[in-house]
Amino acid sequence: MHVENLTLAYGADEPVVTGLTLEVPQGRMTAIVGPNGSGKSTLLRGMSRLLKPQTGRVLLDGKDIHQLPARELARQLGVLPQGPVTPEGITAAELVSRGRHPHRGMFARLTSEDQHAIDEALAAVELADLRDRPVDQLSGGQRQRVWIAMVLAQGTQHLLLDEPTTYLDLAHAVDVMNVVHAAAHASGRTVVTVLHDLTLAAQYADNLVVMGGGQIAAQGRPVEVLSEELLAEVFGLRATVVEVGGAPVVVPDRRVSA
Amino acid sequence: MTAVEQAVKPRTLVLGIAFAAVAVALALVSLSVGTTKLPVVDVVRVLTGGGDGGTRLIVLELRLPRVATGLLVGIAFAVSGALLQTLSRNPLASPDIIGVNSGASAAAVAVIVLAGTGGGNISGLAAKVGIPLAAVVGGLLATLIVGVLSIQRGVVDAGRVVLIGVGVAAAANSLVTWLLVIGDVTDAGRAAAWLAGSLNARTWSDAVPVGLAVLVLLPLALTFNRSLEALVLGDDVASSLGVRVSRARLALLIIATVLAAMATAGAGPIAFVALVAPQIAQRLAKSDRPPLMTTAMLGALFVTAADLVARNGLEVLRVGPYELPVGVVTAACGAPYLLHLIGRQQKGR
Amino acid sequence: MARRTVALAVLLLVVVVAFAASLALGSRWLGLGAVARALVDGGGSDADVIVRSLRLPRTVVAVLIGACLGVAGTLMQGHTRNALAEPGIFGVSSGAALAVVLGLQVGVVESVGSTVWCALIGALVATFGVQRLAARGTGASPVGLALTGAAVAALLGAMTSAIVLLDADTLDGYRFWAVGSVSGRGLDVAVQVLPFAVVGLVLAAINARDLDLLALGDDVAAGLGLSVRRARFVGLVAIGLLTAAGVAACGPIGFLGLLAGHVARRIFGSRNTWLIPAAALTGAAALILADVVGRLLGGAGEVQAGVVLGLVGAPLFVVVVRRRAVAL
Repeated sequence: MHVENLTLAYGADEPVVTGLTLEVPQGRMTAIVGPNGSGKSTLLRGMSRLLKPQTGRVLLDGKDIHQLPARELARQLGVLPQGPVTPEGITAAELVSRGRHPHRGMFARLTSEDQHAIDEALAAVELADLRDRPVDQLSGGQRQRVWIAMVLAQGTQHLLLDEPTTYLDLAHAVDVMNVVHAAAHASGRTVVTVLHDLTLAAQYADNLVVMGGGQIAAQGRPVEVLSEELLAEVFGLRATVVEVGGAPVVVPDRRVSA
Repeated sequence: MTAVEQAVKPRTLVLGIAFAAVAVALALVSLSVGTTKLPVVDVVRVLTGGGDGGTRLIVLELRLPRVATGLLVGIAFAVSGALLQTLSRNPLASPDIIGVNSGASAAAVAVIVLAGTGGGNISGLAAKVGIPLAAVVGGLLATLIVGVLSIQRGVVDAGRVVLIGVGVAAAANSLVTWLLVIGDVTDAGRAAAWLAGSLNARTWSDAVPVGLAVLVLLPLALTFNRSLEALVLGDDVASSLGVRVSRARLALLIIATVLAAMATAGAGPIAFVALVAPQIAQRLAKSDRPPLMTTAMLGALFVTAADLVARNGLEVLRVGPYELPVGVVTAACGAPYLLHLIGRQQKGR
Repeated sequence: MARRTVALAVLLLVVVVAFAASLALGSRWLGLGAVARALVDGGGSDADVIVRSLRLPRTVVAVLIGACLGVAGTLMQGHTRNALAEPGIFGVSSGAALAVVLGLQVGVVESVGSTVWCALIGALVATFGVQRLAARGTGASPVGLALTGAAVAALLGAMTSAIVLLDADTLDGYRFWAVGSVSGRGLDVAVQVLPFAVVGLVLAAINARDLDLLALGDDVAAGLGLSVRRARFVGLVAIGLLTAAGVAACGPIGFLGLLAGHVARRIFGSRNTWLIPAAALTGAAALILADVVGRLLGGAGEVQAGVVLGLVGAPLFVVVVRRRAVAL
């Protein structure tokens, strides 16, 4: 996946992302981090065709995503935006089955291939036992995993996730990140996810993209990118970065007022 | 939670003051125009206690009740709509839709039709009851039914209130259409005029009840302002912020419906004010919910302006000396403006 | 899965029973044998005439229009994600009403037959208007759509009442149309609106699965390869055609869309591929039954189906929604 000179704006407002170019490594997990308002979610929307770019293009295997038919694109690129709506009373399996939409004919029933993809996705997020439970009765972490299963069932080579761990406590966030990580490393998918937790991002990502003011401030392996200088410059955060088990951990400095 | 700590935004405050100023200005204009044109200065003089007998009669006895009813009814409908929309988190929820106005209308139309030429024996009794009283009773009765049916295990669920309200409204509305069909055509005409909402020939006996309702209930609603702010964020957040959700909601529902019932009794179910005033105020104030006082002022402004147009519009256009019901004008003017605002907001997104 | 199939079969049975009841009951009660004879032989007896030329046509109209309005309401609730959405508060019925009033005023409308065309044109123009208005900017958001519909309804309603109030003759004609009824509707009415109804129902069927995706949020739907704009457009066209057919044939029968949508949702859950056929059957059954009840209640006078739906349907509706909190 290749992003070329992308400029994104909402309506006639000032661009949120300006002239951004990015190469997404194949079969790896890329995390996009950055302070609030830095344009990370906007970039993800631009990469997934939810937002039409003002300039530039996004290439998927050499083809501009805006030139592809919508269903064709949905067979190659899955996206989980923020704030999906859970219909009342829908079961986990039913929700996941909707991920098969791009593969189905107008009135066709679910094929055994669809069924297989749904089972596999539910197994991948470890919710196979809860498949017939209504989603609104699941815990926050389980619910988020059902939604991830839905995009997994879509069976795409590329996955874009917008803050999949929001509102989750650390244990549930780790559950979700394990699933996402496995999607890249066990199944060879290209995963791009927006995250707000720097330490979590550094723990899991192969490639870290740091956004600031609608531009890429830094990019590379987390150990190389995540420095105290960068945190001060981009986030305005005074913090100490320590390395634990090969991954950087951000420890914010306490500001004790005298 | 910053949303709860926040004081009134300057933008909202300025808007509210501006709306109030325009409403007062329009009220003065409204007091000065009519068959006898009076200079605004004379009107002000009368209002401050001066003026000669003839002018005093025209302003205080003939025109002021109408103008005051308009202002008060505008406030009542607007606040009622703002409360219901906030409580149910549904922009379509307003007393027009959830049964209050319909209940009031059914009772009022029953009086009009049954006391009219087609009423037979019932007519004497029905006529004595009077339309405003019937409307209040009908509106409150509908509210009571909705309220009792909505309470379950001691909890009032806002979504359920709205849907049950719609059900009760539907029943009351069919009663209205049926009464219109069985009634004599002149009675049906009178009923239709009342249903459209009118400020024509209002007296102090129309204005005072609405005034009392506004005087008591508006401040009461304002004391719940903090609860409302928290309720916007969802029930769970609200109760974690120390709001007793169920009690606050029940109190606010009662305030909203009583305001609407009293307003309907005063001027008929003036269309759309309750729905549109909160939406416009919210959009102009760029707020996450309709700001109560600003909405109230906008309601007063809206109804007063509409009444001015209703009284003089057709004459100015030289269609003839007809007077339109004010409800026709509120809908005809409010709807395009709301459409404009929605369109602008969607473009900006 | 099996439970839903059974429920759908039961609903179908209810429609069939209601249909039979509608042929048999009225100011004169006929046995099922007499009804069957009238349908098969079609002799010249009173019973034959009543069944064939009075009760059969209005029952056919009731089935068709009940299905149309039930589906229209369900589509609307789905597209606006608003439990209150229904044809009556969406501008479509108001457009039809305004056109009929204008027709009465100008004098082109005299009989039930000629209101059909007026109402159709009015409803379609109003739908188109709502669609154009709602699709400005980035496209119709659910809230934008709901409010746009309500605003258009209010605007058109204001025009209608202005005309009606200034002209007693028009009011006299209008009030009988506005109450909503299937009484006196002939098969010709059904034939006139049939093309609109059929196209509308087919579009609704096509739209059902898209609506399931839209229910997950517009962004998720787009991510799954759905053209959100096109799905909304198809849905709105379907809503317009179905409501137009309904209003044209029977006047603005309010509440039916809401009733059918919620009853079906209660039994079948939130999946539109089930919900839409279920709402069609529920709507059909409700309108036939309302008509029959109206005939029985009124004696010779008849209470119009629109009135019965409100008075009897509303309490039933309340019972249905009371059972649980409804997410709005």
